[in-house]
This record gives sequence, structure tokens and C-alpha cells, in this order.
Amino acid sequence: MSVKSTAARRTTRGGAKRRGGEPGLVQLLTPEGERVEHPEYSIDLTAEELRGLYRDMVLTRRFDGEAITLQRQGELGLWASLLGQEAAQIGSGRATRPEDYVFPTYREHGVAWTRDVDPLNLLGMFRGVNNGGWDPNENHFHLYTIVIGSQTLHATGYAMGVAKDGADSAVIAYFGDGASSQGDVAEAFTFAAVYNAPVVFFCQNNQWAISEPTEKQSRVPIYQRAAGFGFPGVRVDGNDVLAVLAVTRAALEHARSGQGPMLVEAFTYRMGAHTTTDDPTRYRADEEREEWASKDPIQRLRTYLEKEGLADEAFYAEVEAESDALAKRVRDGVRNMPNPEPMAIFENVYADGHALVDEERAQFAAYQASFEDAAAPGKGH
Amino acid sequence: MTQMPLAKALNESLRKALENDPKVVIMGEDVGRLGGVFRITDGLHKDFGEDRVIDTPLAESGIVGTAIGLALRGYRPVVEIQFDGFVFPAYDQIVTQLAKMHARSLGKVKLPVVVRIPYGGGIGAVEHHSESPEALFAHVAGLKIVSPSNANDAYWMLQQAIECDDPVIVFEPKRRYWDKGEVDVSAVPGDLHKAVVAKPGTDLTLAAYGPMVKVCLEAAAAAANEGRSLEVLDLRSMSPIDFDTIQASAERTGRLVVVHEAPVFYGAGAEIAARITERSFYHLEAPVLRVGGFHAPYPPARLEEEYLPGLDRVLDAVDRALAF
Repeated sequence: MSVKSTAARRTTRGGAKRRGGEPGLVQLLTPEGERVEHPEYSIDLTAEELRGLYRDMVLTRRFDGEAITLQRQGELGLWASLLGQEAAQIGSGRATRPEDYVFPTYREHGVAWTRDVDPLNLLGMFRGVNNGGWDPNENHFHLYTIVIGSQTLHATGYAMGVAKDGADSAVIAYFGDGASSQGDVAEAFTFAAVYNAPVVFFCQNNQWAISEPTEKQSRVPIYQRAAGFGFPGVRVDGNDVLAVLAVTRAALEHARSGQGPMLVEAFTYRMGAHTTTDDPTRYRADEEREEWASKDPIQRLRTYLEKEGLADEAFYAEVEAESDALAKRVRDGVRNMPNPEPMAIFENVYADGHALVDEERAQFAAYQASFEDAAAPGKGH
Repeated sequence: MTQMPLAKALNESLRKALENDPKVVIMGEDVGRLGGVFRITDGLHKDFGEDRVIDTPLAESGIVGTAIGLALRGYRPVVEIQFDGFVFPAYDQIVTQLAKMHARSLGKVKLPVVVRIPYGGGIGAVEHHSESPEALFAHVAGLKIVSPSNANDAYWMLQQAIECDDPVIVFEPKRRYWDKGEVDVSAVPGDLHKAVVAKPGTDLTLAAYGPMVKVCLEAAAAAANEGRSLEVLDLRSMSPIDFDTIQASAERTGRLVVVHEAPVFYGAGAEIAARITERSFYHLEAPVLRVGGFHAPYPPARLEEEYLPGLDRVLDAVDRALAF
């Protein structure tokens, strides 16, 4: 290993080990469930709001776990689990307002939850009945984008439009540590900065881009990249839902108020595999996962709620029952999700139609119909 | 009717689109104060302001990617790619996002984005400034591809592309930018994707688009001196292709030669030859022939006269087709 990459390791992964004392990391709730203050970012939530965040995270995790099971049972072709990233997603998602616009990757199931996107919509594309298909304008939650980093440009362009319209809203673009290497992300930073676009770049640094650790993507902490583009960047404890909420709220307000883009790096960990096809035992140590397990986002909020007496047993039981109901709804919904009709291949290729699509549709319909004719009584063999 | 160069017709077309629809915005490198390297956007920045005529950072993927975002917000961006060979940094955004997002959303999202690309050779330029990459885009479902050959079509087809709710790539024949033609700004334009008979004839059909239409018209004139009547089709649209018009002409004349600057290998000519052979096998007196670029990088400018299909190479193919 070269000297350079060793140095990078110290500043990124090594930094994670010391991060409690790292001045750059915003934290409002420690892994032990202690409320701490930060000089720049603060938050004051009611007990009900705190319980709401807990509920969001528990339900999201349950939904995610159910999806993994459904994949194992052959009901889904693939699933990209968000396990471990619940605080990063719920905290940031709950920081958005309805009129804000969200551009997700393909792992933002928790953010989708906060935007009231039906979980079954997300499962449709992983089952293979469509490639997304929900109406982005209904919840201001764009379609999942699979090609890494592309959506950061869409978010930036959308934000340029928001600025043109003089609208009082902001845009948030999700991406990961791997995506931070993509040219599109760098171009999105450039465009957003040049046009002072109201967009928050929200990077979930979950430490792993499939099998490649963050030091294979960057020599500097990702949030520091913003400085070179001329806008602020901040690193937040991505497993601390309170800090993520506070920082993202501030970043969105920064964008909304005409101060331009901001980069938030949520320092978190992908507890599961990249997707259900991945095998993390080939490239990372169990000890690392164990260490992050002790920083679990849900457990630390529960510890805090319990310690402060902000929720009673009835609440936890209710959330548990709600989880079971959600899981059942998801299971039933997926199993009963119909396959698309073959002719759907030709639907929505163009908005205004296309002669070749029409021709091929007619040919394929005739071909399909030829089987029906053959099967008809008195015909064929 | 007004006489104007093709470039001016495009400029007037953009002006009209900006006037007609407040959601139309123009984006690209140097499209603002400079008016574009070919001056297609000349004067628009001054008259419509930097909010509508946007000088962008020098990043093609960024230009198309942010245009997609603006379209999602309800705008109708008209993007200029400075030269054909510079479009490839944006290829991913065009192919992966622009072309597919409407289908991905099951029709809920529309992306009325126009990508203007000056294309083709013949201007003595350095590498990457003379290419004809239309087939690389026509292969992709979700995109529409057109190329005007004259000033009137330039004026109307660009506006029609902007009005279309689908992404449209307009390949502009850069070596024809300075060719003057009549523009009828009060005409009712026809179907954007319909081919037209540029010159009727009876012995053989030449099918071309963009810069090669002029070459084919000259070839037809030269052939007429030898007593041969060539029909010239201006295809105008590469996706969709108006196969009905080509078929009707090929069946009338019995012979078809397709001409384009782009390499013939996997090119529009190959597609047209296959389709017309399927449709008109018993009407053809000769195989469909193709005249176009070679399977080699576009050559240095001192060789482009040899590389580009000119009058003689078109007539050579005509001779071969008529010899069958």
C-alpha cells in the first residue's frame, strides 16, 4: 500500500473510530443515547416528534427486512437494503417540506417513507413489474435512479428551475460515497455553485461502494470537497437522527433562502450487503460491522426515549403492531402484484408516439394473436 | 417568403420559440454573449436575457443532465452541443436518462428537451469537429432524431422539435449553415417526421438527409444531362424514418441508393436497405446500395474531400445500381 492511501485511510476510516471527538462531525445524540449540544446545530423536538422519528425508523427497518425476505423467497428479483442508514434517511427526509423535491438513488426507502410514497411502489421495480412507475410529482419524490450519480444533475437542473420560478422551496439530491467519484456529481456541484441553485447534496457515506472502501474514492473527507466548489460542506453523524434532522433542516433553509447549494455528508454504515446479490464477507471484517452495530440509530434513540421517559410500553407495542401490519401488507401486496401485460413493452416509449413503435406493436400483437388462434377450438392441432 | 442562410433560419426559429413559450430556455457553451460558435443564438441573450439564454459551464453531461431537471420542473430546454464530437460526455445522460425517463415513469414524466448538434464534415476542421454520430442515437428508443437540409426546414423543424413532448435531437448540417434558401414563416408546417420528394424522377431513388441532400440534388442534375431521371428524397427524420415514402419511391423507380456522411457500417443506410428489401423485394431491380463514410476515424481535413461522399461517388453508386 502506498503512503498516500495509508494517509487517506487515517483521515477517513480511521477518523471514524475517533469520530466522537472529531470536531467536524455534528452529533446531538451519542451512540449511548446521551443528548449533547453542538455550537452550530441545535434541535428542540417534542416528545411526540421524537416518538415519530423512532416510529419512522422502526417501520422502515421492518419494511426493509421484509423486502429482503421476499427476495429470498423469489418474490423480488433484487433488493438494496438500507439497514443501518435509517437515521440518515428518516432525519433528512423529515427535514424536507412537502413543496421541496427529492431526487433519490435506489436505496432511499426511508426517505420515500417520509414522502408518503407507498412502499409497494418501490417494490414493483425490484420485483420487475416496472422500472419505477410512480408519479414523481405526486410526492415530489423522483424515480429511483440506478446509474450512479446521474440524479444529482437532475436535482441541480430542477433547482435551477426553482430559482427561476422564485419559488420558496429547495431540492435535495441523494448519493453515496461511491457516487462522489462520478463526473456527474462534480458537474452537479459546479452547476449548482455557478447558478447558486437551491439544492442540498446529501451524501450517505456508508463506507462501502459495493466492495470498495471510501479511501478508494477520496483522499479527503467527502464533505470537504464542497469547499473547492465554493459552497459549505458539513459532516454529520449519520446514525444520529436528531443531528441529521437538524443539519439537513439548516442546509435546506440555506438553499431556500437564496444562499445556494450545500453538501451534507452523513457518516453512516451499510450494515447489510450492497444488494441481495452481494456477499460482504468477501471484503470486510465482522469486527467493523460489530463496531457499527454498537452505534445503531434506532437503539440510541430508544435508549434516550426510555431514559427520559418520553414513551411508554404501550407506544412500543403499538409501533410493533404497526410494523407487523406493514409487513403483512407488503407481503400480500407483492405476492398479489400482477405481471404487466406483454403489450406494455410498447407503452410510454414516447409521449407523442413513434411510427416504428406503432409498427412493431402491431406486428407483435399479431404474433401474439396467432397463438390464440392456434389454441382456439377446431383450429390447429 | 424571405431569403436567409440556414443558420439565420435556426436563429429566427429559436427567437420565435422564445417568444411563443416563456418556458423555453436555451442552454449551452458560449450561447450567450457570443451567440454560439456558429452564431445560431446570435442576439438572443441580449433580447431575452441570461435567464432564458444560459451560458453553461463547459460540461456536456452537466448541460444535458440539468436540462433534464429543468424539464422536470416544467421548462422546455433547447440545448446546444458545440460540435458533434463533443456530445459523448453527455451520451450517458442522453441514452440512460433522457431517452428512458418517460417510460420509467410509465408516462407520468415528459422530457421535452431538444439537443441541437452541428454535425458533419466539409469545413476543414480539426479532429472531433466533423463527425456524423446520428446512428448512435437513432439506435436508442425514446429519442427522436431529425436533420433539416435547407433553411425552411431548419426554421420549422426546430420549432416543431421544441413543441414536441419527447426528447428530440436536431442534427444541424453545419457545412450548410451559410447556404441561403427561401423561408416561409407563415406556412403551415407538415409532419416533422415525414420524408419529402426533393426532386421527382423515374429511374432511381436517392435517399439522403441533412448535408447530403444537396449533393444528391447535384448528382440528379448531373445524371439528367446523361438522360437519367433520378428521384431525390429528403428523409428529414432519422427516428422515426418515414419508410412509407421511401417504399413508395423505391417501388416506383425500382432502384434505391441511400447516401449519408456517417459510416455505412450499422448506419441509417443499412436499416433502410433491410426494411425496403423486406417491404419491396419483388419491386426492386437492384440491391439497395449505400454511399457513406468508411469504417475509419473521420480523417484529417486534407483528406475529407476523399472521405466524404461527393458527386462522383454518388454517381458511381447510381451506375452500379442501374447496371443490375
